[in-house]
Amino acid sequence: MATATTFDHAAPPQAGPRAFIARLRHGDEIAHVITLVFAAAILLITSMLVYELWVNSVLSRTKFGWHFLWTSVWDPVFDNFGSLPFIYGTLVTAVVSLVIAVPLGLAAAIFLADLAPRKFSDPVSFLIDLLAAVPSVIYGLLGVFVVVPLMRTVIGPVLKSTLGFLPIFRGPNYGVGFLTAGIVLAIMVVPFIISVSREVLLTVPREQREAALALGATRWESTWQVVVPWARTGILGSVFLALARALGETMAVTMVIGNDPKISASLLAPGYTIAAVIANEFTEATGNLYLSALIELGLVLFLMTFILNGLARILIVATERGGGRPS
Amino acid sequence: MNRARLMWRKSLNAVMLTLTGIAALAVVSILFLILGYLIYNGGKSLNWAFFTELPKPVGEAGGGMANAIVGSLKLLLLAAVIGLPVGLMAGIYLAEFGGKVFGFVVRYTTDLLNGVPSIVIGIFAYSLAVLPVKHFSALAGGLALGVMVIPITMRSTEEFLRAIPGSLREGAMALGASKWRTIATVVLPAASGGIITGMLLSLARVAGETAPLLFTAFGNRFWSPGWNQPIASLPVMIYNYAISPYDDWHRQAWAAGLVLLGLVLIANLGCRLVLSRTGAGRSA
Repeated sequence: MATATTFDHAAPPQAGPRAFIARLRHGDEIAHVITLVFAAAILLITSMLVYELWVNSVLSRTKFGWHFLWTSVWDPVFDNFGSLPFIYGTLVTAVVSLVIAVPLGLAAAIFLADLAPRKFSDPVSFLIDLLAAVPSVIYGLLGVFVVVPLMRTVIGPVLKSTLGFLPIFRGPNYGVGFLTAGIVLAIMVVPFIISVSREVLLTVPREQREAALALGATRWESTWQVVVPWARTGILGSVFLALARALGETMAVTMVIGNDPKISASLLAPGYTIAAVIANEFTEATGNLYLSALIELGLVLFLMTFILNGLARILIVATERGGGRPS
Repeated sequence: MNRARLMWRKSLNAVMLTLTGIAALAVVSILFLILGYLIYNGGKSLNWAFFTELPKPVGEAGGGMANAIVGSLKLLLLAAVIGLPVGLMAGIYLAEFGGKVFGFVVRYTTDLLNGVPSIVIGIFAYSLAVLPVKHFSALAGGLALGVMVIPITMRSTEEFLRAIPGSLREGAMALGASKWRTIATVVLPAASGGIITGMLLSLARVAGETAPLLFTAFGNRFWSPGWNQPIASLPVMIYNYAISPYDDWHRQAWAAGLVLLGLVLIANLGCRLVLSRTGAGRSA
């Protein structure tokens, strides 16, 4: 392997115009530059995306300023736009989905990474990856025809009769609403939580687990008190990734949230999310200001997911590096 | 006292093992529920006309989604033409040439691009390809999907190139081949199976995308000749039909859902099987 490195670095030490021309003739530099251009194109596309969102929302940004974020009138007729109900709906549905999906996904990931025999966990992980590939409009289809009726006839009434004293389960139950959207979102993000958490858990060194077992811990104790704490930043990263996905999910939510720009304390009430309002109203937006307000909503959504994704990546990378560190 | 504590720890162990197992099974059973439900409902309404006929006007029963199937294929073709070369070349750059800092920046940006909500990508394609010409088009839809194809293609290309053993590269270089010849004639062919599967996976992912098409490709109840007109696609059809008030449209939405899910799952299944086999072959 030592010889390999000398081969790799054979050219650079004699760098100079002559060597450069030689490499140019061989085509190496040309290939380098061409692939570099394509890699740079990705940076260009991403910055153009930000630029287009920024420029095309200028009308709305100058007219409403920061008020856009905390006023709740959405009135296309009088050109008055505030995004609070949409931001509220987006956050509430995402939080509901995480409340359901994180315990479920984490438990499944722990089982698959740590407790189940490989013969069992490999095919199951495979199926879960397939679940992640199901298009969101299919979830929406099932949401409309399965979850909404179920919510109207079973889940909603049961929640009202048992937990009806809580303000979040009061008010009329239409079947569509924050909770329904949250349930559908939970099903959609669970595969992501499982596959990322499982990968992070698998990077925990065997010695950690074996040391705990050798001290007389049960399987569960070694998992819960040693393996999971070791991987917790990465698990948090997987939760952030799932949150970003839940915030940006469009179709399934649009189909089951009820599309009503209201802020209600009850999870059974219909609501609206940023992605859903863009999907529903973008093609019908007649005025320039209306369109600009919708694009500003897109900008808000972009920034929310951008920050979350950035944080999630840092956390996951940090754990995977930390996992390799001798302790 | 100690005995009771041990009993407690053992039973806690058993209970938690069972609970986590139930959680895993519950998630997997969702997949089978979805599949079963779609096969049951979609199978009932799936017939030959679905693949060969155009949608009928409202109120007339029957008809199919031939235009949407062809539309989806055309959009995927555009996405492949726009997105795959960028992803492939950028992947080659990262694996073979990439500098430390710039490589990191590209990788990080791609991850962020991958996390951008699909509806925002739709706005992007709208402002680039719809606003200037003032009409929806297949091109705009293909552009939106093409942007979404890039991140996955790039990451998988890079991964598979890195998995090629250094001895292969050294062998070619020892024979006097320049670096780009080594890449083009030795490394890329060796990794081609994995790279192509990665590309197919990324296309399978965008095949089900609806949100970015709503206001780029829009939709069409007729054939859409050429590339410059609004075009129908399966996911958008499913959406429009599912939220419509007509029973016959609901039935067709189920049929379309079954076709779409079938295509996406078969593509995924095939790709992942090929990948796991080549992966096993490499480690052996």
